[in-house]
Amino acid sequence: MDLENQKRVKEFAEKYGPENVVVLLGASEGEASGLAAETVTNGDPTYAGPLTGVQLGLKVYHVCEPEIKKEFDPEVYDKNVGMMEMVLDVDDISNEMKPIRDQYCKF
Amino acid sequence: MKSVIKGTGYILVHTPDMVLHNGTTQTTERIVNPDGEYLKELPKHIRTYEEALSYWPNQVYIGNKTPQELAAVEQPWYDKTCDMNDRFGRFGQIMPQEEFILLMQACDVFELIYLDKDFVAAHKGELAANPLIDETIMARINEGVDKAEVERLVKEEHSEGLYNKGVLVGAVNRAHDIDTNLSAHVMLENIVSKASSVLSLLAAVHNAGIAKSEVEYVVDCCEEACGDMNQRGGGNFAKAAAEIAGLTGATGSDCRGFCAGPSHAIVEAAALVAAGAYKTVVVTAGGCTAKLGMNGKDHVKKGMPILEDCLGGFAVVITQNDGVNPEINLDILGRHTVGTGSAPQAVISSLVTDPLDRAGLKVTDVDKFSPEMQNPDITKPAGAGDVPLANYKMIAALSVKRGDIQRADMMKFIAEHGMTGWAPTQGHIPSGVPCLGFVRDNMLKGNIHRVMVIGKGSLFLGRMTNLFDGVSFMVEANDGKKEEAGVSEDAVKSLIAKAMKDFANTLLAQEEKK
Repeated sequence: MDLENQKRVKEFAEKYGPENVVVLLGASEGEASGLAAETVTNGDPTYAGPLTGVQLGLKVYHVCEPEIKKEFDPEVYDKNVGMMEMVLDVDDISNEMKPIRDQYCKF
Repeated sequence: MKSVIKGTGYILVHTPDMVLHNGTTQTTERIVNPDGEYLKELPKHIRTYEEALSYWPNQVYIGNKTPQELAAVEQPWYDKTCDMNDRFGRFGQIMPQEEFILLMQACDVFELIYLDKDFVAAHKGELAANPLIDETIMARINEGVDKAEVERLVKEEHSEGLYNKGVLVGAVNRAHDIDTNLSAHVMLENIVSKASSVLSLLAAVHNAGIAKSEVEYVVDCCEEACGDMNQRGGGNFAKAAAEIAGLTGATGSDCRGFCAGPSHAIVEAAALVAAGAYKTVVVTAGGCTAKLGMNGKDHVKKGMPILEDCLGGFAVVITQNDGVNPEINLDILGRHTVGTGSAPQAVISSLVTDPLDRAGLKVTDVDKFSPEMQNPDITKPAGAGDVPLANYKMIAALSVKRGDIQRADMMKFIAEHGMTGWAPTQGHIPSGVPCLGFVRDNMLKGNIHRVMVIGKGSLFLGRMTNLFDGVSFMVEANDGKKEEAGVSEDAVKSLIAKAMKDFANTLLAQEEKK
């Protein structure tokens, strides 16, 4: 995850409390989604950014995961995400995201 | 007057030592994790010049192999040797680091670069033998200084070292004691960009078969900025490179837009020619040291060679309609506007389907789409996926939503209207434009008739706006009709004479009626 984004996620968690922050990802494939999810839950696995060794345990979803899709107005979702949902390997993304949430999410 | 693509130049420069010393992934790692495994492992993953020459995507970039031939080679490509390893191709060349360091010195007009005189003596003949390099450029090469002086500059004067095969062979001095915009680091990046732009210009002008004196305007669309503390992005890379390339009849300016820069620049250049402001405009861009080895950590972790070991450059010569070369159709432009938004669906609509709708065309009326043509061999192991393929999937998915194609035909559409990526991940370099050499070839042969080039840029990286950006344009086969360049003086005289004669006749007729 981009170092600047790590910094911003960390600042939001400090400002609003980690229990009040949900990180929504739009990454293009499973591995990148998993890495970003790991970064905001268990800390930066590449040991490069501000979240190195910081276990925020935030709630994190990819926008194409069914858990978060049902939170949207279907029309808005179709207009903004419908095309990408057709393009992305949603199962692969879900399979990467779920275990990380189960293991590291604190909320 | 329409504008046409008269020729293109595509160059790579193999710069293994710059990967280690100037790529930001490596320079950042040297600060945050200097004793880490990555920096220890990295040198074992650097490719030789010969290995870079026989790398499939590199041979496609300079035009010795085609994207179609590349698509037939099973991925990954880094473990396969291309059966072509010529350093020269029909679009340009792959320059070795030694020649490039000398070319950098030739491009330095402020006595900032000092090379070890033994290095100069050993490699000067190699640069002189390069068919694109003439005596005027060779005359700019100094004999160099003692190695001890180079070492002193790096140790005592904050100069940036230039290395070859791990040995210090030169130094780039800072151009100001305090101004960070003229620091040695910035000067090195900018001179690298300039030198690779010069090589691209030379290749393109040569390939277009025009005289250097015909070039009236140059537009540079790289992603660097040159200036001082009072005008940080003052410019002008275009004119600076044109000077060294010997384009004495040209002026120019810089156009910026992150990775969308080249598409913006080509639209602007085509418009300048179409408007009659200039007859011949060249769009050019040099390469970027910062991005060398950008995904190196993933490549090393996966036991791969460092594939981002080449600077890229390109130039496109745009001239008035000659009735032969492919036209840039300015009636079919796509643009991501301030109000478009950043959802991928909105982005692709604004760049691809909106301009087609305005022109009354369907997605399937376009033979090929050329979005960001990044080499997937580089991006896939780094978790960024296959960028061109992702773009094609988006275009296909949008076409399904619009009813242009059936969902079951998405992959067929991608195979027919897409291309496999081959360009180095040098930001602006892969953005749409790498296809233009092949597009020109295939349109001249009559194989294809309409290609959409799509450039996209991540403006938010500059922290001035959160907006995304993009622009697209259409290249079409020439319909063969040669246009007159405006109305001639004689034609104007005869029109006036005819009007006066008609007027006189009318007056006479009125007199007669009375």
